[in-house]
Amino acid sequence: MTPDFLTVTIERGPDRQDRFEVPAYDNQTVLDVVSWVQQNADPTLSYRFACRVGMCGSCAMMVNGVPRWTCRTHISKVLDGNAVTIGPLRNLPVIKDLAVDMDPFFDKWVAAEGVHHGALTRDDPIAPIEAESAARVEANAAIECINCSVCYAACDTVAGNPDYLGPAALQRAWTLLNDVKDEGRTAILDAVSGTGGCHNCHSMGSCTAYCPNELDPMSAIAGLKRETAKSFFRRGR
Amino acid sequence: MRAARGITSRAHPLWLAYILHRLSGLGLALFLPFHFWVLAMAMTDPARLDGFLAMTEAGMVKLAEFGLVFLLAVHMFGGLRLMAMEWLPWSASQKTLAAGTTAASFLIACLFFLKAV
Repeated sequence: MTPDFLTVTIERGPDRQDRFEVPAYDNQTVLDVVSWVQQNADPTLSYRFACRVGMCGSCAMMVNGVPRWTCRTHISKVLDGNAVTIGPLRNLPVIKDLAVDMDPFFDKWVAAEGVHHGALTRDDPIAPIEAESAARVEANAAIECINCSVCYAACDTVAGNPDYLGPAALQRAWTLLNDVKDEGRTAILDAVSGTGGCHNCHSMGSCTAYCPNELDPMSAIAGLKRETAKSFFRRGR
Repeated sequence: MRAARGITSRAHPLWLAYILHRLSGLGLALFLPFHFWVLAMAMTDPARLDGFLAMTEAGMVKLAEFGLVFLLAVHMFGGLRLMAMEWLPWSASQKTLAAGTTAASFLIACLFFLKAV
């Protein structure tokens, strides 16, 4: 049975927690709860969302200590009794209340060479891609990443080493490494084998455990570890 | 951020396997210097070594040895698991199958071993 009211604690700073009584409904996501608070109880509450259907990756928050996409998380799945604690994503600087600065996350995406390295121009014919090839299957595995930063917030290695590129950026690098349309192999391997690269990963697996799209960044990083090691022995450096 | 600080998010098998591997490694690393120190007595002070060896008959020490064997086993399987996970480009189901087979063969081997004892 759903309780009439939910006790919602929202972390709004290192020393500030606000508690709200929010009416409970049958179908209610964590984002609905946060929106109710902002629209009915405290208009100064800052948070971020856009699509509300799990595509844009902007509404991730810590919910009872676990990073989640709030728009696709039903409140009944996370309630502790009739209470829930919501905080800003871990491992990222807080701008205000539940809104975090995503810049470090996206900067690392670029630092891991998570950009397209093209060799063809618009005048070249479109290169045929073998959809069933092993490399394409490997590349396809992670293309549904929505950049929500849930894996980045879940990762203890990121928490302990601010230079670590993190699961999402490294998984993107692995995708591009397997993409035959991408010509950046050397640049990617150099980028992911440096100080903050894939070899920092301790395979704790929180990224894979909490990815809302059920992707597997841990295995992608393992793939990078294999490729960088192979390239190291081949190139002798 | 308190919601972030909790360890709730770590209660999943992969992280537990990681921490078990780390802690068992730490335990073994702390034990090793002591182990070598006692072994070195064979050269430096055999009488004292015999004293130590006599102590292994005590119940508490036997229990500690059980712990030691547990740490060794856990750390070895943790290492094998890590190497398989990072070096073999297998699919998740293949890895589950491999882990299951290893566990089953280990169990059968143990049964034969106990019978032999």
